[in-house]
Amino acid sequence: MKMKSIQELKDAAETARIKMVKTGFASNYAVHFGGALSSVELLIFLYLKEMNYDLTCREWAERDRFFLSKGHGVLSYYTVLQMAGFFDEDKLSTFQQNEGELSSHPVRNLELGIESSNGSLGQGLSLAVGNQIIAVKKDRSYRNFVLLGDGECDEGSVWEAAMCASHYHLDHLMAIVDRNGLQSDGTNDSVMSLGDLEGKWKSFGWETWKLDGNDLAQIDAVFAGIDWNNGKPKAIIANTVKGKGISFMENNNDWHHRQMTEKEFQQAMEELRGR
Amino acid sequence: MSVTKGQIRSWSRMGQRATFFGVAMPELAKEDESLMVLTADLAQLSNLSRFAEQFPEQFLNVGIAEQDMVGIASGLAMEGYHVFATTYASFLAVRDLEQVRQHVAHLNLNVKLVGTAAGVVAARSGIAHWASEDIAFMRALPNMTVMSAADGLQAYYMALYSARYDGPMYIRLSGGPGCPIVYDESYVFEPGRISFLQRGSDVALIGTGLMVHEAMETAKLLEQSGISCTVADMHTIKPVDQHSLWEIFNGHRLIVTMEEHNVVGGMGSAVAEYKATLANTPPQMLIGFPDAFSDAGAPRYIWEHFGITAPQVAEKIVKRLRGSEHD
Repeated sequence: MKMKSIQELKDAAETARIKMVKTGFASNYAVHFGGALSSVELLIFLYLKEMNYDLTCREWAERDRFFLSKGHGVLSYYTVLQMAGFFDEDKLSTFQQNEGELSSHPVRNLELGIESSNGSLGQGLSLAVGNQIIAVKKDRSYRNFVLLGDGECDEGSVWEAAMCASHYHLDHLMAIVDRNGLQSDGTNDSVMSLGDLEGKWKSFGWETWKLDGNDLAQIDAVFAGIDWNNGKPKAIIANTVKGKGISFMENNNDWHHRQMTEKEFQQAMEELRGR
Repeated sequence: MSVTKGQIRSWSRMGQRATFFGVAMPELAKEDESLMVLTADLAQLSNLSRFAEQFPEQFLNVGIAEQDMVGIASGLAMEGYHVFATTYASFLAVRDLEQVRQHVAHLNLNVKLVGTAAGVVAARSGIAHWASEDIAFMRALPNMTVMSAADGLQAYYMALYSARYDGPMYIRLSGGPGCPIVYDESYVFEPGRISFLQRGSDVALIGTGLMVHEAMETAKLLEQSGISCTVADMHTIKPVDQHSLWEIFNGHRLIVTMEEHNVVGGMGSAVAEYKATLANTPPQMLIGFPDAFSDAGAPRYIWEHFGITAPQVAEKIVKRLRGSEHD
């Protein structure tokens, strides 16, 4: 279900948050709420507007690929895949359940639209680099999108892949860094300063943008101006709010990974429905 | 195709790595356009320079970035490519082990990991460049097939087989230039099956890699003392050839496994794991690195330090059979 207008996308993001809270609460287990909520708009934009895929042919060779390198952010990923039509809403109730395919870190399953297995951080970008190298060899025009966490950029393997992507001029590859400023032990600045993150990507030979990753109009505007054939891989530093959309989760790292109580669930639902 | 005596001599001079990448890989790349070879800045040392010139579209140098190499290999394999990724075994089996586990093994990808200079081929370079736990690491991964070549000819056959095999595989190459010849032109490589070099009735010497040749030398020494030996080459360490091992256990008084690897988790452990499930089998001596590191030096110096040369092993076996040593 592809959308065109910003308002449609904004509405879809709100719907996604309601589904996420319901799914996360119903799983009866701790969930990475914070880092999933920060990336809702980015995923909504990619899947409901930007990316090319074919639900009737899930392994279509020309499909755009998406890699959730920050594998813990699955709740928004599964929710948006469901909204995009990859599976029925019923399936969300299997999230984190025995025998379910929607585990708390993704496992490659093209039928469900899940391109790669992730969970250990710092690995998704290399997969996409390999994939993009094949696209170039086979003269295919599809793109690879990779969503990374900002804390994930602590991993050295991210930079191995970053160097390789610009060496091979992979201009159809895009890394999006969900810059919510927090990681498991606290703020990026307190745990491991990332410094000038945009400058780091730029110095690795990437074309870069900085934007508000929770603002669909800004995301839309940046994508409208991208030259996909300029020989440079692309990096978007998307400043976001961890826990975005639920007051008591926003910028509160207690919600990095936590189980919701009944009371918290009710409050979250009231806030989301009240808008 | 048949192999000649001259080729076998030449591949022994070149060593396993040069035979695998310099001889077999160009033949395979010609036949299969979807075959890709990846290196992490070791093209020259892996004898891949000519390959890179001949098949630029099927070759990729990712720089000194082993984790990235296995990630890229996985990305290629997910798109249907047959990927060979190579660097020193010491790096390949350790530094990127997590990428191997998460993608190659878990997703059963068609990636062949070719670890070179395994054991202590790079002896003087020290611990950093030795692979003496690689079999243990790779063997512990579900879906992973593990092979270890005894000589240049077997390395050649392994390359041919691995290109046809669909799934993850770790190939352990050791013997450098001038490595001993174990097999002649009549040799038939049967993947998954132990190769028997000679049959005897007292002691079964099961070797892998360079220790196959050392097991043959050990057998010669033991035969001088009237001890009849079987010499077997366990080139496929995983899956284990249970059928042949069962036969071996039933026909000997003592089982001796010999490997250029830590005794923890290696080929000897694989044999012991199966043996432990059976009743009334003979005892086993595990010959290998005794769960210890050592100083750098010549390969033979290190083997002697760890007591895994033919004379040392023969002496241990004689003592054991006399009942004067219980290890």
